[in-house]
Amino acid sequence: MSELTHLTLAQARDALRSKKISATELTKAHLSAMEKARLLNCYITETPELALEQARQSDFRITQGSAGPLEGLPIGVKDLYCTKGVRTTAASRILDQFTPTYESTVSSNLMRDGAISLGKLNLDEFAMGSSNETSAFGPVISPWRRHSDPSAKIVPGGSSGGSSAAVAAHLCLGATATDTGGSIRQPAAFTGTVGIKPTYGRCSRWGIVAFASSLDQAGPITRTVQDAAIMLRSMAGHDAKDTTSVDAPVPDYEKAIGSSVKGRRIGVPKEYRIEGMSPEILQFWDQGVAWLKDAGAEIVEISLPHTKYALPTYYIIAPAEASSNLARYDGVRYGLRQAGRDIADMYEKTRAKGFGSEVRRRIMIGTYVLSAGYYDAYYVRAQKVRSLIKQDFDLAFAVGVDAVLTPATPSTAFAQGEQGSNDPVEMYLNDVFTVTVNMAGLPGIAVPGGCAANGLPLGLQLIGRPFDEETLFALASAIEHAAPKIEYPKPWWA
Amino acid sequence: MSVDPSVVRRIAHLSRIAVDENEVSRLNGEINAILSFVETLSSVNVEGIEPITSVLPMQMKKRPDVVTDGGIVDDILVNAPAREDHYFVVPKVIE
Repeated sequence: MSELTHLTLAQARDALRSKKISATELTKAHLSAMEKARLLNCYITETPELALEQARQSDFRITQGSAGPLEGLPIGVKDLYCTKGVRTTAASRILDQFTPTYESTVSSNLMRDGAISLGKLNLDEFAMGSSNETSAFGPVISPWRRHSDPSAKIVPGGSSGGSSAAVAAHLCLGATATDTGGSIRQPAAFTGTVGIKPTYGRCSRWGIVAFASSLDQAGPITRTVQDAAIMLRSMAGHDAKDTTSVDAPVPDYEKAIGSSVKGRRIGVPKEYRIEGMSPEILQFWDQGVAWLKDAGAEIVEISLPHTKYALPTYYIIAPAEASSNLARYDGVRYGLRQAGRDIADMYEKTRAKGFGSEVRRRIMIGTYVLSAGYYDAYYVRAQKVRSLIKQDFDLAFAVGVDAVLTPATPSTAFAQGEQGSNDPVEMYLNDVFTVTVNMAGLPGIAVPGGCAANGLPLGLQLIGRPFDEETLFALASAIEHAAPKIEYPKPWWA
Repeated sequence: MSVDPSVVRRIAHLSRIAVDENEVSRLNGEINAILSFVETLSSVNVEGIEPITSVLPMQMKKRPDVVTDGGIVDDILVNAPAREDHYFVVPKVIE
C-alpha cells in the first residue's frame, strides 16, 4: 500500500481515471500512513470516516463517468480553513471547541472537484510564526533530518508547517496552505516541496480565519510543480462573498508545465544579496540563474531599492490588521470564555488565556501602532512605504522583466528552539525574501533546487506579474527539470 | 521610539488582554525590540507618496443593499460559550 502514497497527485489522478486504483484504496493507504506518523504531529484533527465516505462517493462517480478534475485525490486542509461540521482551531486554544456550520470557499471548490479531505493540518497559532512552534497543539516535526545531528527535531517552517511536513512525509498528495508574509513559500522551501502564493484576489479568502486581510492569500503545497498547478486551478476563482476576489477566468495552469521559457526575461534583484548571507545560499541562487539561462531565459540584474524596508513595514501592517481581525475573539459568540467579575474583565481574561504569547504580542503591537498619537507615525507611514515597495516591482515589470528569481529563504531549516527564543525579530527574518511579494500582492512560487551540505532542502523563489501564475509554473517546472531530484526522507518515524 | 511599563499596561488594556505584573518587563523588552526593528522606516522619504489602499487597481465591488442571507439563528448560536433561547449570554452590563 505504501507505494500508493508515493504517487504524485497527477499520477494518482491518471491511475484513478484509468481505474488502475480506487479512491478507497488510495485513501486507506494515506490514512494508514497518517496513523504511523502521529509523532510528526502534522494533523490536528484526522477525519478518517469522512474521508472514506468521500472516497466511496468518488469511486461511484468514477464508475458513473461523472468524475471531477480532482476526483478521489486525498489532500490535507490547513486548520485555518473553516470546514463544515469539522472542528477548526487555527491552532489556538481560543478556538479549541469551534465547529463551523459552513465551509470555506476554497476548500469547498476542492470538494466540488472531487478531492477528499483527510483532516486538518497543524500550523502556527493564527498563522503567526515561521517554524510551527507557536501552535497550541504542539510543534510539527519535519520528516527531514540534519546529517550531522539526526536526533535534532527540525522545524517544517511556518505557518503552514503541518501542510509542508505532511506533503514531504507522504501523508497526503497535496495540501492547502495560506501565505501572509511567506507562510506557503518558506515551509515549502524548508521541506523540499513546491508552494505557490497566487496573486492577491486569485483565491477567495471567505471562510479562512483572517490574520491580515490585505496580505492573506490561499495556495497549495505539493511535491511537484505540476501538482501545484492542478490544485491551484480548482482553488482559484471568483467568489461574490469576498469583495477582493477577482472576477477573471482561471487558466488551465497545467498547460504551462514544461512550456518553453526561451527569451523570458528574469530579473535578479541586487538588494536580495543581504549582509551575512551564507555563501552556500548565494551559490545556490547562482545555480538557479544558470538553470534558467540554460533553459533559454535571459537574465538581467534589477534593482528593488525598498527591499530592506519590507519586513519592518510588514511588522506594522500585519499586526495592525491582526489586532483588528482578532478583536472578534471575546468569549461571547464562539470560542473559549474565561469568567470575569464584569464583561471587560471577562474579555481580558478570555483573551489572555486563549491566545499564545506570539499572538498576544502581535495584537499588542498592532493596537499600539493604530492608537491615537501613533497612527500617522507608524501605520500611515508604513502604508506609504508599502506603496514604494509595490512601485519597485511595477518599475521592474514595466521595463520588460517577466519574473524575478531569488532564494526562498536566507537559510535551510533549523531545529526546534534554535531561533527567536530571546528576540522575536530573529524569527521574523525568515521571511525577508518572501514578504515583499505579499506587500505588492504578487504571485510567488517556491520550488526545491536540491539539498545543502547539512542534508536539508533549499528552495528558490520566482515572483511574477499580477495574475501571471502561468509564467511562474513554466519557469518553476524548468528549474524542477534541471535540479537534482528531491529524495524525500525514508519514514524513520513509522 | 520606545515604550515604558506604563505604556505596556495601557496597550494591554486597549487590546483587552490581561497581563500579569510579572509579564510586563518581558513584554516591554519584546515590544521595544520590535519597535526598534521598525524604526528604520522613519528614514524613508515618503513625501508626496500616497498610502496604499489596494494592491490591485480595482474598484470595490458593490451590490444592492438587500438581505441575502438569514434565518440561521441556530447556526449562529451553536458555538456560543453561553446562550439562552436565541440570545448570547454575557455578564451583566447595566445596573
